[in-house]
Amino acid sequence: MASQVIEIKRSKEKTFKDQVMDLLPEGGNLNACLTCGLCSSGCPASGLENMDPRKFLRLAVLGLDDEVLNSNWAWMCTMCQRCIYACPMKIDIPALVFNVRNRWPKENQPKGIRGSCEMAFKNETCSAMGATEEDWRFVVEDVAEEVRDTQPGFENLQAPMDKKGAHFFLNQNSREPVTEPDEMVPMWKILDLVGADWTYGSKGWAAENYCLFCADTEMWEKNVRIKAKAVDDLACKVLLNTE
Amino acid sequence: MNSDWNKDLKVTFTVQDPCQLVRKSLGDPIAEDLRFVVKAVVGEENFIDMTPNRSNNFCCGGGGGFLQSGFPEARRYYGRIKFEQIDQTGADYCITPCHNCHAQIHDMKEHYGGKYHSVHLWTLICLSLGILGENERTYLGPDLAEVNMLS
Ligand code: SF4
Ligand code: SF4
Repeated sequence: MASQVIEIKRSKEKTFKDQVMDLLPEGGNLNACLTCGLCSSGCPASGLENMDPRKFLRLAVLGLDDEVLNSNWAWMCTMCQRCIYACPMKIDIPALVFNVRNRWPKENQPKGIRGSCEMAFKNETCSAMGATEEDWRFVVEDVAEEVRDTQPGFENLQAPMDKKGAHFFLNQNSREPVTEPDEMVPMWKILDLVGADWTYGSKGWAAENYCLFCADTEMWEKNVRIKAKAVDDLACKVLLNTE
Repeated sequence: MNSDWNKDLKVTFTVQDPCQLVRKSLGDPIAEDLRFVVKAVVGEENFIDMTPNRSNNFCCGGGGGFLQSGFPEARRYYGRIKFEQIDQTGADYCITPCHNCHAQIHDMKEHYGGKYHSVHLWTLICLSLGILGENERTYLGPDLAEVNMLS
């Protein structure tokens, strides 16, 4: 029994894939797929949403833009780049995924990601959990004081805040100060032991940037610029990103 | 820093190569550095690598915002490969030098009923140095809860 031939109607306008190719170096090689399937066989997201990376790319190449742009799978590929590593043609499927996320209307994007992206701008801390400068200062000083009072050998332990001209500016994922502050201590001790010249900043200290995950490039940049300014304002030379 | 504390205990460790640190930025050389530190801290004979590893490692499934996107079932389906990889090493601990990896690998241990613990690298560095305090041991199992305590 002959299987039915599927005809795909394409308009003359650029497909979504063509538009993405315009943005990427070498067009992300999106036209070079050999359909070998190496990407899919090594992708942990294969099978979710009845999708896999090769299929996702095929849909895009065939100009089936609705299927590509509306699939939840774009939120299930972690953009880990293992497929690029395996691909003989070095095809940038995660960049395709990133641009699909970018096209999702903000109000339809997963709330956990979108909300965290926006929350970062509530304070100059960039904290996706909404931690303020005061919260941050308080918890750091409180934990440091407790260590000084109770742990022998660390009577002078410092977690410097806004120390101008320090060599390292250390940032911190909000989860630590907000939910498990004691997890910050081992890092302080190591820095103390090696005699590192470091500081936290009261602004721009939160390491996370969820705007990257919702592929909101404008908000992502805004977030990064706040952080960069915080480092520059303290005249620090190196930003140590703990994540 | 050394691994004397683990000479007789022989607690075993594996390590997760974070995609962000290894494949996506500094590549295999940083994966080697990571192993150098891990082996120095836990003892070479107590380290078991998972396979595949380094730049070819599987993503844990916590990346790209998956932990926050509200698809926990899909996230755990994705992470099943990672869980089995760790489980098959038989290691007591999986060292997770990334925030997302730590949270995801910890969650999967709870969900799939693994026997390993997931632990930050800084915790173990301090443990081996004998400067890890009582309140800094949340992610250690009962076997290491008291070991090399700062006193
Ligand atoms: S590995 Fe590359 S060439 Fe092979 S199917 Fe996937 S994208 Fe195409
Ligand atoms: S980047 Fe996405 S498609 Fe590629 S291997 Fe990772 S999860 Fe799969």
